[in-house]
Amino acid sequence: MNDLTEAILELIRRTSTDLPEDVEARLRAALEQEEEGSAARGALETILKNVELARENSTPICQDTGTPLFYVRYPEGMSTRALRRQIIAAVQEATRRTYLRPNAVDAITGRNSGDNTGDEHYPTIHFEEVDADQPLVIELMLKGGGCENVGAQYKLPDSRLGAGRDLEGVRKVALDAVYKAQGKGCAPGVLGIAIGGDRGSSYLASKEALLRRLDDPNPNPDLDALEKRLTEEANQLGIGPMGFGGKTTVLGTKVKGLHRLPASYFVSVSYMCWAYRRRRMTVRGDEVLYE
Amino acid sequence: MREITLPISDETVRSLGVGEAVALSGVMITGRDAVHKWIVETFIKKTRPPQGDDLEVYEAIKPLLNGGVIYHCGPVVAGLDTGEYRFVAAGPTTSIREEPYQADVMRHFNAKGVIGKGGMGAKTLQGCQEVPFVYFHAIGGAASLIAQSVRRVVAVHKLEFGVPEAIWVIEVERFPVVVTMDAHGNSLHEKVEETSKANLEALLAA
Repeated sequence: MNDLTEAILELIRRTSTDLPEDVEARLRAALEQEEEGSAARGALETILKNVELARENSTPICQDTGTPLFYVRYPEGMSTRALRRQIIAAVQEATRRTYLRPNAVDAITGRNSGDNTGDEHYPTIHFEEVDADQPLVIELMLKGGGCENVGAQYKLPDSRLGAGRDLEGVRKVALDAVYKAQGKGCAPGVLGIAIGGDRGSSYLASKEALLRRLDDPNPNPDLDALEKRLTEEANQLGIGPMGFGGKTTVLGTKVKGLHRLPASYFVSVSYMCWAYRRRRMTVRGDEVLYE
Repeated sequence: MREITLPISDETVRSLGVGEAVALSGVMITGRDAVHKWIVETFIKKTRPPQGDDLEVYEAIKPLLNGGVIYHCGPVVAGLDTGEYRFVAAGPTTSIREEPYQADVMRHFNAKGVIGKGGMGAKTLQGCQEVPFVYFHAIGGAASLIAQSVRRVVAVHKLEFGVPEAIWVIEVERFPVVVTMDAHGNSLHEKVEETSKANLEALLAA
């Protein structure tokens, strides 16, 4: 296999500095909803100006370049150890070039490794094997700490919120999570919600849900209706961009169902900030395509 | 937009109200989780003795914070290998993590402003009235744009805390912020939380 370090470095650069067009389109639409002269509108104007500037200058959209989360689908026979080495080399080089901030801190000593490498979970790389005739696909999500900190996991039933073990209960706890986040996760955010699983798989799936495009409808009609309703109702909370008050609190919602134990009913909410940085590269032979 | 140059007087602090847009100019320092914990433990509660260059750094930041501003920010910095530092991306970090420390730190140094995002709680709001100081909200994530108002990196202290957690002394020009907690007990965050709580309750009852 070819050495992909340079190509992965370019994936990181694009992810950190160039906001996906579906996210930018939602931010522009949100701006039109907010009143002239309001703090909410001012915040969105600044956000959009920043998005343009970051793209032009190839500088990070946000200084918190987040946890680098890689999702790799590799054709049968490709070495995942080689891919891991190349991803890590690309992450180190991206840190040197200031596309990434040195973000990996040893939880015990408090020491920052300085180059975004750490234990076997940092950077986080998920591998999945596909058929040998399929291309290599690497998706990257950069998820900042502010929004990661406001993520929440509920177990249903939740008597405080009157939430039972059904989609109506899911709706209630998801709205509670948005309320609790206020502006602290850099609203307007995007909700990635997983229903079911165990605590670990549930959180994992809530992040995977965020890999979908904002304009991509859920194939399950019940979940599609829930996604639309949650976005609409979250926007009635009045939290607004940055928590300044206003009509735009959430840009979109993505829901995924999992199998669960009879005894457990987890709902995991991953909150993604407006700086929703995700990109995909597809490698077919010598050809690399970025989306 | 109102122009304010550091240091800030008590009179100016008291004249600021929630919702006011301000452009800040002058020399300020960054400080976040590690710095606040270090200041409180070493110089306020004194639960750990000063070590290494602690006292030197303390003396260096003291005059900057008197009438000065502390910015909750962990920047992306270029020039780490040459020492010719330049801010590449420098938006605010979430302030609420400093809630246990903030009011004590501001009182200790007679500091007049905090810049951050997401707002802070009751203890800080109380401190805003007593010290007095105000909370300036910068736009979270607007890192490339804000880095452009950083004209110069004057110095760096405690780089061993790591790039995001170090104390960066920076000169800014027309740094755009909005007052969201003032010295008269008003907090936009408190207000939005109340309104959104009522809205949530209505939606849960539906």
